[in-house]
Amino acid sequence: MLRELTRSMREAGEKALVAFLTAGYPDEETFLRLLDAASRAGCQIIEIGIPFSDPIADGPVIQESSKRALDGGMTLRKALALAGRASETNPSALVFMSYVNPILRMGVERFAEEASRAGVSGVVVPDVPFEESPDIRCTLGKSGITFVDLVAPTSSEDRVASIAEGADGFLYLVSLTGVTGVRSALSGELGDFVQRVRAHTDVPLYVGFGISGPELAAQAAEHADGVIIGSAIIRIVQSSETSDEAVENVRSFLTDVKRAIAR
Amino acid sequence: MSDGTRGGGRFGRYGGRFVPETLMSCLLDLEREYAAATEDESFRAELAELLRLYSGRPTPLYPAENLSRECGGRARIYLKREDLNHTGAHKINNCLGQVLLARRMGKRRIVAETGAGQHGVATAAVAARFRMDCTIYMGELDMERQRPNVVRMRLLGAEVVPTASGSRTLKDATNDAIRDWVTNVRNTHYIIGSTVGPHPYPTIVRDFQAVIGREAREQILEAEDRLPSVIVACVGGGSNALGIFSAFLGDEDVALIGVEAGGSPDGHAAALCEGTPGVLHGSYSYLMQDDDGQVELAHSIAPGLDYPGVGPEHSFLMDSGRVTYARVPDREALAAFSDLSRLEGIIPALEPCHALAFTRKMLADRTDGDDVVIVNLSGRGDKDIDAVTDLIEDLTE
Repeated sequence: MLRELTRSMREAGEKALVAFLTAGYPDEETFLRLLDAASRAGCQIIEIGIPFSDPIADGPVIQESSKRALDGGMTLRKALALAGRASETNPSALVFMSYVNPILRMGVERFAEEASRAGVSGVVVPDVPFEESPDIRCTLGKSGITFVDLVAPTSSEDRVASIAEGADGFLYLVSLTGVTGVRSALSGELGDFVQRVRAHTDVPLYVGFGISGPELAAQAAEHADGVIIGSAIIRIVQSSETSDEAVENVRSFLTDVKRAIAR
Repeated sequence: MSDGTRGGGRFGRYGGRFVPETLMSCLLDLEREYAAATEDESFRAELAELLRLYSGRPTPLYPAENLSRECGGRARIYLKREDLNHTGAHKINNCLGQVLLARRMGKRRIVAETGAGQHGVATAAVAARFRMDCTIYMGELDMERQRPNVVRMRLLGAEVVPTASGSRTLKDATNDAIRDWVTNVRNTHYIIGSTVGPHPYPTIVRDFQAVIGREAREQILEAEDRLPSVIVACVGGGSNALGIFSAFLGDEDVALIGVEAGGSPDGHAAALCEGTPGVLHGSYSYLMQDDDGQVELAHSIAPGLDYPGVGPEHSFLMDSGRVTYARVPDREALAAFSDLSRLEGIIPALEPCHALAFTRKMLADRTDGDDVVIVNLSGRGDKDIDAVTDLIEDLTE
């Protein structure tokens, strides 16, 4: 269960590092090798992004990786198969990040069963806010999968309270008002934002969106229980010449980030 | 029957608010502000005055006698002349309402998406009128095929940002508009152009367009002393159709027909006739998608209909049987484009040409001698002239 993992890390005083990888990007085999590299670099949780034709919460970097993955034939079904292969050997917890439509198309129940069989322990659905979440949260829960909630800097006090009350596994704090992507600095309000959420829940708080590397990750980890890195990883893959180079560059980058947040 | 203001904005099972958490507070604010505005006499009066003095309402309900004769003379066809609005289409009705809402909420910046450019031009115009910054997202392909509207938007002071992703049309321009809005939500209002998107947009846009149906009802009673037997409107996202249908939903003897873009052998944009329910751009509704839930590319000669989704209220109205939906291919819409120009001296936009073409086919099968039909002529065709000139020549030779 995701809950035991995230709580035990916090009790051990260990900051969580979550790596985001787009399923099937740049190709299926390299994706699986990237997943292993992230795991070896100390990412206890790996978020697998399901490519979608209309990713409204994503900036240009993840849009591009999604498009490449879709052009390569990636689907939710194939991503489940890849997750199944990964979880046979990979010790990290796997969390899916998918827009809601591919899940609805498959059928929420069938998705929950297959995700459970593939070893997926949590699901983040960026276009399902709290109000629309009860059905999908409940169906996933029956299969032992955690629906991971997001809170944003624009979430009102009431909303933060309601969302925090039902949160499980970890709470995904969107660090900024915007889409995913690499930024050069964190919002000056991040510390206040984390404190504001902390007042409502003891679920571990992980910060994502905009974290470009070790320095910002360390700043975020001063406030939060974990950090989530996506676009920065995808950008490294994009700028690598070969698969071998991409795997090595990502491993080395995440090792640096891990070291930075452990200090 | 289909009150979008209750139950989290659902029309039956359709609608809802499938958006990132970042936007939720803003949508809830908008819902509250809209409810307050509709109760506010001064808001209603200001909007009514703008519709009259800025847009030129009421628009005429014109008896198209030549067209009626050409269609066999068995029905009197009336055209609701939304093309005579300021900026050339029904889009301004919604833009005027929404810019007043933006001002009430203290927002000084407007973003919008546009397909044909009609919504973009209307948005740019009201933003200029109310001295707000304005950014319009438009697909690269649409910028090529609707150049005059790009020039208009820039003249009106708007920044037009080309969208290069996906199909380079309306769907992808909408994605980019939403991303801009997510990023700048604190100072920016998103004027969505159709009855699509997350709650409360489908309801707000329908309500602001309902002026079309209110006028048409009064005008047809004046002209004919009876209600029409059929009302025909084109459906992309569906705002002109809901605008005119809304005043007649309770009149069971009035048949309501929405016409989607049947496209060509290369593809179509008939989300209702051919699609399945799913989530696109924040609401649950019929949608063109593949077996894996990826949204398919639409195709239509009419950029304003070139969209793989449709407003959630239309999905509800189709399932309930109150509205019938049909599809018309590109070539029939093109024929209607030249027909109306020559018969009535009115150059229609390619979008309502789908409704005109359907009407002609429908009347060809009629034997009834005393029929009254209203077609919503949602926009004028000046914008389409470059794009269709070659095609029309082929057709008329």
